[in-house]
Amino acid sequence: MATTSIGKEVDLRELVQMVVKRAQELGATAVESVVSEGSEFSTSVRLGAVETLKESGSRGLGVRVFVGQHAANTSTSDLSADGVEQMVRGAIDLAKITSEDPMGGLPDPAELGQLNGDLELYFDDVYSLSNEERIDQARRAEKAALDTDPRLQNSDGGTFDASIGRKVMASSLGFVGEYRSSYCSISAVPIASDEQGNMQRDYWYSVARTLKKLDSPEEVGRIAAERTLRRLGARKVKTQKVPIVFDRQTAGALLDHVADAVNGDAIYRHASFLAGKLGSEVFGKNVTIIDDGTMKGGFGTRPFDGEGVPTRRTTVVENGALQSYLLNTYTAKKLEMKTTGNASRGLAGTPGIGNGNFYLQPGEKSPEEIIKNVKQGLFVTEFLGFGINLVTGDFSRGASGMWIENGEFAYPVEEITVAGNLGEMFRNLSEIGSDLVWRGSVACPTLRIEGMTIAGE
Amino acid sequence: MDKRFFFEKYGLSERDLEKYLAAALAAGGDYADLYFEYLTSTALSVDESMVKSASQGISAGCGVRVVTGERTGYAYTDDLAPEKILHAARTAALIASGPAKTPVVDLKERAHASLYPVTDAASDAELARKVELVFRADKAARAYDSRIKEVRASYADELRRVLIIGSDGTFAEDVQPLSRLNVFVIARDGEQTAKGSAGGGGRHKFDIFLTEKTPEHFAREAARQAILQLSAVPCPAGEMEVVLGPGWPGVLLHEAVGHGLEADFNRKKTSAFSGLMGKRVASEKCTVVDNGTLNERRGSLNVDDEGNSTNNTVLIENGILKNYMADKLSARLMGLPNTGNGRRESYEHIPMPRMTNTYMLAGDDLPEDIIKSVKKGLYAVNFGGGSVDITSGKFVFAASEAYLIEDGKITRPVKDATLIGNGPDVLTRVSMVGNDLALDEGIGTCGKDGQSVPVGVGQPTLKIDRMTVGGTGSAE
Repeated sequence: MATTSIGKEVDLRELVQMVVKRAQELGATAVESVVSEGSEFSTSVRLGAVETLKESGSRGLGVRVFVGQHAANTSTSDLSADGVEQMVRGAIDLAKITSEDPMGGLPDPAELGQLNGDLELYFDDVYSLSNEERIDQARRAEKAALDTDPRLQNSDGGTFDASIGRKVMASSLGFVGEYRSSYCSISAVPIASDEQGNMQRDYWYSVARTLKKLDSPEEVGRIAAERTLRRLGARKVKTQKVPIVFDRQTAGALLDHVADAVNGDAIYRHASFLAGKLGSEVFGKNVTIIDDGTMKGGFGTRPFDGEGVPTRRTTVVENGALQSYLLNTYTAKKLEMKTTGNASRGLAGTPGIGNGNFYLQPGEKSPEEIIKNVKQGLFVTEFLGFGINLVTGDFSRGASGMWIENGEFAYPVEEITVAGNLGEMFRNLSEIGSDLVWRGSVACPTLRIEGMTIAGE
Repeated sequence: MDKRFFFEKYGLSERDLEKYLAAALAAGGDYADLYFEYLTSTALSVDESMVKSASQGISAGCGVRVVTGERTGYAYTDDLAPEKILHAARTAALIASGPAKTPVVDLKERAHASLYPVTDAASDAELARKVELVFRADKAARAYDSRIKEVRASYADELRRVLIIGSDGTFAEDVQPLSRLNVFVIARDGEQTAKGSAGGGGRHKFDIFLTEKTPEHFAREAARQAILQLSAVPCPAGEMEVVLGPGWPGVLLHEAVGHGLEADFNRKKTSAFSGLMGKRVASEKCTVVDNGTLNERRGSLNVDDEGNSTNNTVLIENGILKNYMADKLSARLMGLPNTGNGRRESYEHIPMPRMTNTYMLAGDDLPEDIIKSVKKGLYAVNFGGGSVDITSGKFVFAASEAYLIEDGKITRPVKDATLIGNGPDVLTRVSMVGNDLALDEGIGTCGKDGQSVPVGVGQPTLKIDRMTVGGTGSAE
């Protein structure tokens, strides 16, 4: 049984609409189909020499069907006629074994739609460089790092990667939508050694939707080197409670936990410490958190969500009060609310929930001022591990960073943990930086938090 | 079953394979391989006592790798038409630049182990039987205690067919079943909320879920943990004696020493274990192995993803570092034995040295004596997962079920806390090793460089004389 589609170029818009129609013919009462195609390349250089070159493209197709209130979904990488038919039939068959769920279904047709105009998500220049130029970008990032200091003799390399993708979706409610997206990134991972041979590694990267917005390889390498060198000679500190300043990266990781805690799936299952808290003051008065899926060029921007509902700007927390969860159609129904256009969808599986551009509104002070105001405390630059319990908000993660004495960095710190409770931590933000920088779909300025426990010696 | 699966389904012949390899080596590579994969998967879950949805998927493709010196070129296609595979081969070949120099050795199929069932694998079972498993788990968890308020039970299986062809004559075919049952619960009592989870599986027949790894077993375990956590007190913070229970706490070994002993990091001298071969890295009570040859285990493989038989490799013997885990590239560049640890997530990924089932062998101490020996410390028996910085050696793992030990007795349960240590010296502080070696129930997934692969861990009860525990409570 040879089933490959030799040389035939499939129109993806037609394909998803055909899948919807075919599923209806086979008995589906509601259908949603998504197809995605993408290309990626990655280039890595280590100690000046090319280490890997990877380049490829792929496609995948998925369908979600409802037969009455019974749902099922299937996916395939085989886009031949036989492969597609097998996928659609599989979904209809699978729906026979699922339960009747009165809350299941596609969005209310009135909710459907998409943002118009160019959202600046796709730039074909990410694929414009030749192999030699790609290698050169990666090589320059690593070289810039290693040239900084003789203590940087080894490296985990420099990289230059890019990917482009296209996603097309159709549903039996008549929705058809599509968008393209692009990414490119440069990174450097230098390794520093001290006289005793103790090694430290750190990294830096730049990511953008177009080459024009990507930092230069030299800038990436320089910051990577700086971050790595300052870790040399790191030590443990005593177990204690002191003010902790989280840099943008680690503060962003904390805010990411908040995004998970307002996820409608966790809310209706009572699997979040924020469940049932809508309208109440959950965080400090200085905390305002926004989710905005509409920002031009944003890493969390899409014209429509995973169910064909337009993305939007949602105030999640305003002056400490919880104003909204992030919802898709299903979780909204469960909570007797309306979708916030945050459905996320891969090819396979039920739609989940994903944030748009999720951020904490910046304050007034620069990170330097915040650090200067700390008499004795810790500046955290990296987390290790995943110690968060969203049900209780209990937080405990490995950390490394710099010790602060009288507003200055005194020495690097490692092999410690920082622990607290996420709710309390966001009630105890004594300083919020002015430095909101987008390097992903979640961004948070520098934060100073009181009352957390450092475990060390 | 399914011998020559790819030959029949895609009309491949040995001549085609040799032609693809020749194209991959046309620009002068030292070695090339093809990795064909055909993966079918099923997932379903019960949530609020309903199977709200179920998923099935098919993913197939071929990855072509060309190695020249330390360089690797890689390309893949999800379309197995001959011209697409040839295109991938030519793309991968761009890593080299010169005339062809490496001939393709005659493909030779070698015998390899048969560690898992080739019929009645879990994926072959009727859907209705899989649905029954999750309903049984839901029922058992709710029956355990009226404070169990939310239950989610999920079942997933896959069947991965692979064909691996190498220019060194490698010709290996395997059919790899994998399945898993998981239960997650939330308990509530007044204002207190807590979670619990348990699960397991492996590369076995479906019937194991009806005999040993039953839904009731996992459901009760998840419910027990959640009810226990309702009364947990804040975990102390600071350095203390730590006793780790048997089985899944072996994630300690995976993070503290396992990753650091993968050959690629040592070839590049980026591991905190670089240059420690033959030296003491653990107390003499510690012997740690990586064993991909255990029957039906989640981390086991008949052949690794480069077509080599897996092995039982001694990593640390009585405290002395003996071996790294190697793949083809590291073995060749470092002059080491190939231990059959070359693994990859899928045809879209480049293989690299990875663990299989990593565990510490049993010692002589009685578990109760180990607990008795601790005046004030932590007894940790369940973990969420862990992470490691290979270069500095610092690692963490998050305890989800732990108790205080006071005057040689296990007393109160404590809340979640992260434990942190330094890989090259944590095992030198192991002062007691129990006689109760256990392997985990089959839930581990390891991530490295963005690639996930199933793994196993295990250990006997262990006492570590000093470790930092990251709670919020007072250590006094």
